[in-house]
Amino acid sequence: MTATVLARLQGTTTPSVRKPGRRLKPGRPIPLGAAIGPFLLLSVWAAGSAAGWIDPRTLSAPWTVVTTAGDLIADGRLQDNLAISAQRAGLGLVIGTVIGTVLAVVAGLSRWGEALLDGPIQIKRAIPSLALLPLLVLWFGIGEQMKVITITLGVFVPVYIHTHNGLRSIDSRYVELGESLRLPRAVFLRRIVLPGALPGFLLGMRFAVVNAWLALVVVEQINSTSGIGYMMQLAREYGQTDVIIVGLVLYGLLGLLSDGAVRLAQRRALSWRRTLAD
Amino acid sequence: MATNLGGLTATGTVRVHRLVRGFGSRAVLDGFDLEIGSGEFVALLGRSGSGKSTLLRALAGLDSDADGSGMIDVPEKSSVVFQDARLLPWQRVLDNVVLGLRRSNAHERGLAALAEVGLAGRENAWPNELSGGEQQRVALARALVSEPELLLADEPFGALDALTRLRMHDLLRELYARHRPTVLLVTHDVDEAVTLADRVLLLDSGRIAVDLTIDLPAQRSHRQPQFLAYRETLLRALGVNHSEG
Ligand SMILES: Nc1ncnc2c1ncn2[C@@H]1O[C@H](COP(=O)(O)OP(=O)(O)OP(=O)(O)O)[C@@H](O)[C@H]1O
Ligand SMILES: [Mg+2]
Repeated sequence: MTATVLARLQGTTTPSVRKPGRRLKPGRPIPLGAAIGPFLLLSVWAAGSAAGWIDPRTLSAPWTVVTTAGDLIADGRLQDNLAISAQRAGLGLVIGTVIGTVLAVVAGLSRWGEALLDGPIQIKRAIPSLALLPLLVLWFGIGEQMKVITITLGVFVPVYIHTHNGLRSIDSRYVELGESLRLPRAVFLRRIVLPGALPGFLLGMRFAVVNAWLALVVVEQINSTSGIGYMMQLAREYGQTDVIIVGLVLYGLLGLLSDGAVRLAQRRALSWRRTLAD
Repeated sequence: MATNLGGLTATGTVRVHRLVRGFGSRAVLDGFDLEIGSGEFVALLGRSGSGKSTLLRALAGLDSDADGSGMIDVPEKSSVVFQDARLLPWQRVLDNVVLGLRRSNAHERGLAALAEVGLAGRENAWPNELSGGEQQRVALARALVSEPELLLADEPFGALDALTRLRMHDLLRELYARHRPTVLLVTHDVDEAVTLADRVLLLDSGRIAVDLTIDLPAQRSHRQPQFLAYRETLLRALGVNHSEG
């Protein structure tokens, strides 16, 4: 108490050493800050396994997982399954993104488009994609088609919602500017509408990527004969927790990597913005 | 809606006949007539809410939300400067300047326009890296790069500090002298109107209450007795209106 009072008094007597104003921003970024949490978790896991607190049948030790991953890579199973999984997710992501963006632009720029599209998509949004799975299996079987369609359904909704929202919230003053410059519709779209909706689109992409992996996990557990999910499914039957964890780590890495890619794109594309986090 | 009889008059001439503009049942402009000669610099004064922006937006063709009728004849090539600079934050300065240009040499012309407003070398900056005055200069460059016959400006300096505003006055006079567009400048500021314009209009109750030709040399200052006389006239006209409303 006294110390702070003293400091305050000193502060008033020496006005020349005025401190900079109070910061409302969170402060300087911590180097490698994002790695601290996961590293801590990994240490607890390793310590627990080494000390024998964790039964290897419940959770294999980190080094067992690493050697198992090595074995899986050596016999090529990991790469093959990863490739097929990434292909499914990538395909669904691309198709879903294109559909979501096109629908958002159509619904955002025309009243008819909005009247026709927005309602059904809002309804679709209320139904989790995975709840549609039984129907999709009946319609498209259990092959690749059903898998990619399920992922696409999970992807296009957030892309649509956030892009549409971004479009709608473009400042009408910019629209007026476009009118005063008599911009042709194509130029208006390219210079004002799409860049204006880009922050929304990229936010939608972050949700879309998460949804894509989520849908992938589920579809790969249904009668699949390939993919990371299948590999984990098989391991469950043989009680190989190490293989299951390799699969989980892969899913996690893929999710992190793709989210990182979207965030990088965000930072690049939105470098004109100054925000709280900068 | 207003009919555009483009081509009947000399380039740069503005003609407005029996213009009616309103919102809902309220008429803001009711049978408004106006004629501006080619190359004339006109300032439009008026109380807040008197319909200055409504008129300007009608001339710019930006009033699809208003109801009305009447005849408007404005040059094909016209530009608007808004109160806010209204630069697209996601486009660099040069891209903002040439946004409305659809010619092959847009790049060079954009650079030339930026140099004219004293912003050479800033073409790759983002708009939010510029000061308010600099942003408004970019907006001026964007308006002039298409070589308009009519420049419509709605309180373009309203958001700037007094000193920057004086600099912008000099710049605008200079650009006007070089390009000679017809100018309609909406302002609140009587001094600004008398300093810049060749003719000052005062809008009141949807009509022109005062139409004053400013007969002063190009170099104007508050110390000129004639300047003070114009100022007095306009202020009184505004003040009288004020006590009525
Ligand atoms: N989009 C609109 N919808 C309804 N009323 C409007 C709209 N735009 C303007 N008005 C009304 O029309 C009248 C004239 O407005 P206008 O903007 O032309 O005034 P102004 O002379 O430019 O005022 P200021 O000097 O404050 O900018 C005002 O009473 C205003 O409320
Ligand atoms: Mg106004």
